[in-house]
Amino acid sequence: MPVLIFIDQSEGHIKKASLEALSYGSQVAAQAGTVAEGIVLGSVKDDLSALGQYGIQKIHHVSDQQLDHVDAQVFTGIIAQAVQATGAKIVVFANNADGKAIAPRLSARLKAALVSGAVALPDTTNGFVVKKSVFSGKAFAHVALNTDIKIITLNANAFPAAASAEAKATIISFNATIDATKVKSISVNKVKGEVPLSEAEVVVSGGRGLKGPENWGMVEELAKLLGAATACSRPVADTHWRPHHEHVGQTGLAIAPNLYIAIGISGAIQHLAGVNRSKTIVVINKDPEAPFFKAADYGIVGDAFEIVPKLIEEVKKLKGVA
Amino acid sequence: MKILVCISKSPDTTAKIAFTDNNTKFAAAGVQWIINPYDEWYALVRAIEIKEKDPSAALHLVTVAGADAEPVIRKALALGGDEAIRVNADSQDSFYIAAQIAEIAQQGSYDLVFTGKETIDYNGSSVGGMIAELLNLPYVALATRFEINGNTATITREIEGGEETVEVSTPVVVSCQKGMAEARIPNMRGIMAARTKPLKVTEPVAADSLTSIINFELPPAKEGVKLIPADNPGELVRLLHEEAKVI
Ligand SMILES: Cc1cc2nc3c(=O)[nH]c(=O)nc-3n(C[C@H](O)[C@H](O)[C@H](O)COP(=O)(O)OP(=O)(O)OC[C@H]3O[C@@H](n4cnc5c(N)ncnc54)[C@H](O)[C@@H]3O)c2cc1C
Ligand SMILES: Nc1ncnc2c1ncn2[C@@H]1O[C@H](COP(=O)(O)O)[C@@H](O)[C@H]1O
Repeated sequence: MPVLIFIDQSEGHIKKASLEALSYGSQVAAQAGTVAEGIVLGSVKDDLSALGQYGIQKIHHVSDQQLDHVDAQVFTGIIAQAVQATGAKIVVFANNADGKAIAPRLSARLKAALVSGAVALPDTTNGFVVKKSVFSGKAFAHVALNTDIKIITLNANAFPAAASAEAKATIISFNATIDATKVKSISVNKVKGEVPLSEAEVVVSGGRGLKGPENWGMVEELAKLLGAATACSRPVADTHWRPHHEHVGQTGLAIAPNLYIAIGISGAIQHLAGVNRSKTIVVINKDPEAPFFKAADYGIVGDAFEIVPKLIEEVKKLKGVA
Repeated sequence: MKILVCISKSPDTTAKIAFTDNNTKFAAAGVQWIINPYDEWYALVRAIEIKEKDPSAALHLVTVAGADAEPVIRKALALGGDEAIRVNADSQDSFYIAAQIAEIAQQGSYDLVFTGKETIDYNGSSVGGMIAELLNLPYVALATRFEINGNTATITREIEGGEETVEVSTPVVVSCQKGMAEARIPNMRGIMAARTKPLKVTEPVAADSLTSIINFELPPAKEGVKLIPADNPGELVRLLHEEAKVI
């Protein structure tokens, strides 16, 4: 009865969120005294067997091209078949766009308890209890999964993707009945070349203190130097200075990078809700009374237009960039 | 066309998050309840816009909640919608809630079922997908745009690292997020009209709860900010590199 991990892919590549799910799933398996296996749907360009280094032994692959676009209904049908074929009692997803679309359907299909947004390994001392993020990062809940089969979606950056010694996973082509999709893909628009915000380890974020979209050059430059994604506060997205998908907070994306740099953001409670799981928070704000300083690890009180260019120079020195 | 919008209540976004009864219950005393922002700003407002274009459309709201949610559902009716249904049950289990809504959706043969992307208290992002599965309908999650023409919906949704536009025939279940619509404030006419709009109360159907919350926990408090002089950003870089080890 293996732990089954859904490995999702984007344009044939395995994403960081899936690597985290694999590491997590193999630890869940180790804890339960069983093995971890993966399932991947659609055509894949990466070397799947290399995923063995994340602790899984087998990967069930359905390579049908019609699965290159995710239809939650079709995917649920296939994964349910894999759960049955493998006898898996625990299914793990990343809590990303695909996980959010598929895991709830699978839960209803199998009548299997679902916990979404897990941040730690299950506690099995008394039942099966998983800690998850609630109140948009303001608190945690310990949720008991009270059914035979259990489904967990793992929050991004909550569990490190730990590759161990070289180990190869066996790829098994999985023979599944594939339902016809009812969701027709018309066009795909990928954000090219940037680090996806939900997966980023470093995020540089700007607020209304930056005065206007024309001043984002320095935010982008700092982000680029740090290999970071860019984000913004809600009013910045609302006024279309920045795209909607950069909006973080209680009503935007909730993120948990290793480093969050907030420039010209006051730190309203709704903003903090989406970013306070970040491991280290840096705040640059000219108002020493800005509430964000209370939630920060490091702060500089001053004018962003003077500080950020200097900061960029210092980061260049550190990175040895001319 | 019949549209069903799922409305949940959530604590005001500035509410203090605290717990009582040995950390097993949310401390609700004194908390202001609001319509869950995703349900209000995106799902409901988009549905209202659709009805404004096609006045023959029926727009119903559903909530699974105790009587204490009635002010919140009236507020939703003040924004728009013809009538509301409250399933009289208080539950935190997504599957139980989805089973109730699926029952209402089935009875009313809705063409569109809209939910918010997630509730801002339990952050499940699950109820919409579960409703779709229970009804065996397609599900488009995390929609940022929605257009309808006859019985074909054209929907843009978030996917890993970007967006995808899809076409799907109704009936369909859609979870809504930023981009779908712009937030509105109810006007006086809406508030007056809401008072007399029907708010039906029905009893829940039998359904299982698959999960239970054991207890809550608050994150550890921050130790306090280390301030670095504005003229020395180099020190910040050093600390981030050597102390925090994040760059
Ligand atoms: C229901 C609800 C949900 C919400 N959800 C969200 C959410 O998800 N995300 C979100 O971000 N907000 C959200 N908000 C809005 C939130 O309450 C704040 O209004 C918003 O976060 C403020 O954005 P800001 O910090 O960019 O702007 P402001 O509050 O205007 O702050 C600008 C800051 O920049 C500083 N500043 C100005 N000039 C400079 C300079 N030259 N150098 C350095 N600093 C400077 C100022 O001191 C100030 O602190 C929500 C609100 C509500 C009611
Ligand atoms: N008790 C409820 N009553 C009505 N709709 C709900 C309820 N709970 C959740 N929903 C809907 O489902 C969406 C997702 O909720 P969740 O899965 O809890 O994050 C919400 O945005 C609502 O639209």
